[in-house]
Amino acid sequence: MAKSKYFQEWFSNPKRDIIAGTVVALALIPEAIAFSIIAGVDPKVGLYASFCIAVVIAFVGGRPGMISAATGAMAVLLVGLVRDHGLEYLLPATILTGILQIIAGSLKLGNLMRFVSRSVVTGFVNALAIIIFMAQLPQFKNQGLVMYGMVAAGLIIIYGLPRFTTAVPSPLVCIIVLTGVSIALGLEATLNTVGDMGSLPSTLPVFLLPDVPLNLETFQIILPYAISLAIVGLLESLMTSTIVDDFTDTDSNKNRECTGQGISNIVSGFFGGMAGCAMIGQSVINVQSGGRGRLSTFAAGIILLILIVVMGGLVSRIPMAALVAVMIMVSIGTFSWSSIKNLKVHHVTSSIVMIVTVLTTVLTHNLAKGVGAGVLLSALFFAYKVSRLLKIDSELEVSKKARTYSVRGQLFFVSANTFAEAFDFREVLETVTIDVSEAHFWDLSAINALDRVVLKFRREGTEVEIVGMNEASKTLVLQVGKYDKEGAELDAH
Amino acid sequence: MTKILACTDGSLYATSVYEHAAWASQQMGDYPIHILHMLNPHHEEPLTSDFSGSIGFGARAALLEELVELEAANARIAQKRGKAILEDAEVKLKAAGATQYQLNQKHGKLSAEIDTYERDAALVVLGKRGNNANFETGHLGSNLERVIRSCQHPVLVASRVFKPIQSFVLAFDGGSSSLKAVDYLIQNPLLKGMCCYLLHVGGGNAGIEAALAEAKDKLEAAGYEVTIEQRDGEPEDVINKVVEDGQIDLLLMGAYGHSRIRQLIVGSTTSAMIRTVQIPVLLFR
Repeated sequence: MAKSKYFQEWFSNPKRDIIAGTVVALALIPEAIAFSIIAGVDPKVGLYASFCIAVVIAFVGGRPGMISAATGAMAVLLVGLVRDHGLEYLLPATILTGILQIIAGSLKLGNLMRFVSRSVVTGFVNALAIIIFMAQLPQFKNQGLVMYGMVAAGLIIIYGLPRFTTAVPSPLVCIIVLTGVSIALGLEATLNTVGDMGSLPSTLPVFLLPDVPLNLETFQIILPYAISLAIVGLLESLMTSTIVDDFTDTDSNKNRECTGQGISNIVSGFFGGMAGCAMIGQSVINVQSGGRGRLSTFAAGIILLILIVVMGGLVSRIPMAALVAVMIMVSIGTFSWSSIKNLKVHHVTSSIVMIVTVLTTVLTHNLAKGVGAGVLLSALFFAYKVSRLLKIDSELEVSKKARTYSVRGQLFFVSANTFAEAFDFREVLETVTIDVSEAHFWDLSAINALDRVVLKFRREGTEVEIVGMNEASKTLVLQVGKYDKEGAELDAH
Repeated sequence: MTKILACTDGSLYATSVYEHAAWASQQMGDYPIHILHMLNPHHEEPLTSDFSGSIGFGARAALLEELVELEAANARIAQKRGKAILEDAEVKLKAAGATQYQLNQKHGKLSAEIDTYERDAALVVLGKRGNNANFETGHLGSNLERVIRSCQHPVLVASRVFKPIQSFVLAFDGGSSSLKAVDYLIQNPLLKGMCCYLLHVGGGNAGIEAALAEAKDKLEAAGYEVTIEQRDGEPEDVINKVVEDGQIDLLLMGAYGHSRIRQLIVGSTTSAMIRTVQIPVLLFR
């Protein structure tokens, strides 16, 4: 049964998959080149990576129809490594990233995605879009007004053409037209072209072992990068797979996707490519063009390589202006524009989480840190919100000698203080009853607060009775509580 | 409770499927029939045709909205059509004399989910071809092979028109699926008392002759009228010829004994047989 399902994931939609794969391949070329430039490596590194990753993930991925290749999120993480240590260290870092991702996949860490809230996801894609956009800005340096004109013309083609026809990929038309203009008007002398950015592939990728000493020092250099890369790669891949799930109304295997990302990165590393992951923009393009199966991803990789090897000479003459225009489109398409409108509608804590994720990412150029900050902040906000569910009422008995406090809600480290402060210790009473039947004690701080309350009342000569404690809370009290034990003294803290 | 599972898609063969199911139900002593109609999942065929490769402001939200809208419209039509198919099935079943039946509609692909529905079925009935039957008469229903491959129970592949069944031929090769067919005939009242031709194609040897004789004895003991036939030639041609000559109403055979890979190279006898033979086929895995 599993075998036939896999078969279907490949061949249920072959015609449209191949067409969509072609559209994606055409869009992948400028992206792979652009992301190589961001990372500071030759375009061929990104192109080989995109080919390897797309082809391998088609076989081993968990989400059919999703496109993975060299990405901007990964490229910005590589900048420091390439600048400080050189290309040789990029390849082992890529391989180590793959190994870490396979480990994450086999430990089923994909399930941790549930801790990444909607606001953090929105922050992630927005930060990604901003990073991609900002990475285009250096291309305008020393290029003069012609560059601005060319980019503007490119954007007009990209967004204008689909209004007339959706039969041809408008980014491709943009690249062809701008390249034609640049050659015809002799702009190549002043404007940068892809060829100026480094060498392009002229052959199929070949298997090669990384040219670095295999020692602890190397490991220490690449490990921090590999950890960030692994996290960011998995985050973007899992987010994208959720997006594709929504588009196609089908399920995907998240843990298999983690392992698959790992395998494809290892292959990419051994064939001279950089680390990559799933791409939100490209996956949207794929689904939009009718791609659904594994075949679409596979076709994208194969066609990319064929195009680049056959037309390498022409590709090197593409002006950077065309590439920048395409990347601005990708950035615009990736950004979640509705999130700006939603700032007013959504709860203020959601908006803060989203903005903090964006700011942290843009400042550190590390999406892992951005997501970390976002997740931490959403956890804090959540704890705070739950702590406010605590409600304490009290009732004085007619005799005025006894009072009953009834506690409702969740008691844990955040709400412990509120709890302790809700009691009036100055009141002279013979007995106090604390009814906790609708409360739950979650942790040490909660029990500690209860201890303090009980012991304080005792010191005032008041008898304290606790009623209605549920089993789970009782167990915790038995383990760590003091008030119910002989000779209880108030703790220093 | 076991039952007869009849899968329909409202195509030209649907009526015949209902009638075959009703016939089988009566033969087996008023067995309950479960008519299943699958609404194919919408995402199988992408509906958009936008190759612009350009993504603009709010591309994700816009695409999702577009996909949902298109698919919702299609799904509503499919549901309406499905309802009409089931109503038609009920009329046809009643006319064919079936008394116990239930009608059911599910989302999903038949080939992917048949195993959950056939688990408590004694027999699965399918049409030889599905929708578009007229356009591709040389081809089998797109689902048929995949469904048969995933079925554990015998599958009755209905021909275009139902004819009362008096006699049948069992293509016997001594293999496990033909022995399974013999067992089924002995235990199951579906074809009781009919004329049975035990057909072996290819040269005889001691082993196969003994097996044929044993099968004949067993079947006769169970009340069948058995004739053994041994002929040389290509299985496909011989079986077709026997069917034409002998006024036979039903073919029994083992199904898809070989792997997909072998089948890619040498082709599948099963598919070829189902395609060319003009009578219903009862398949054993």
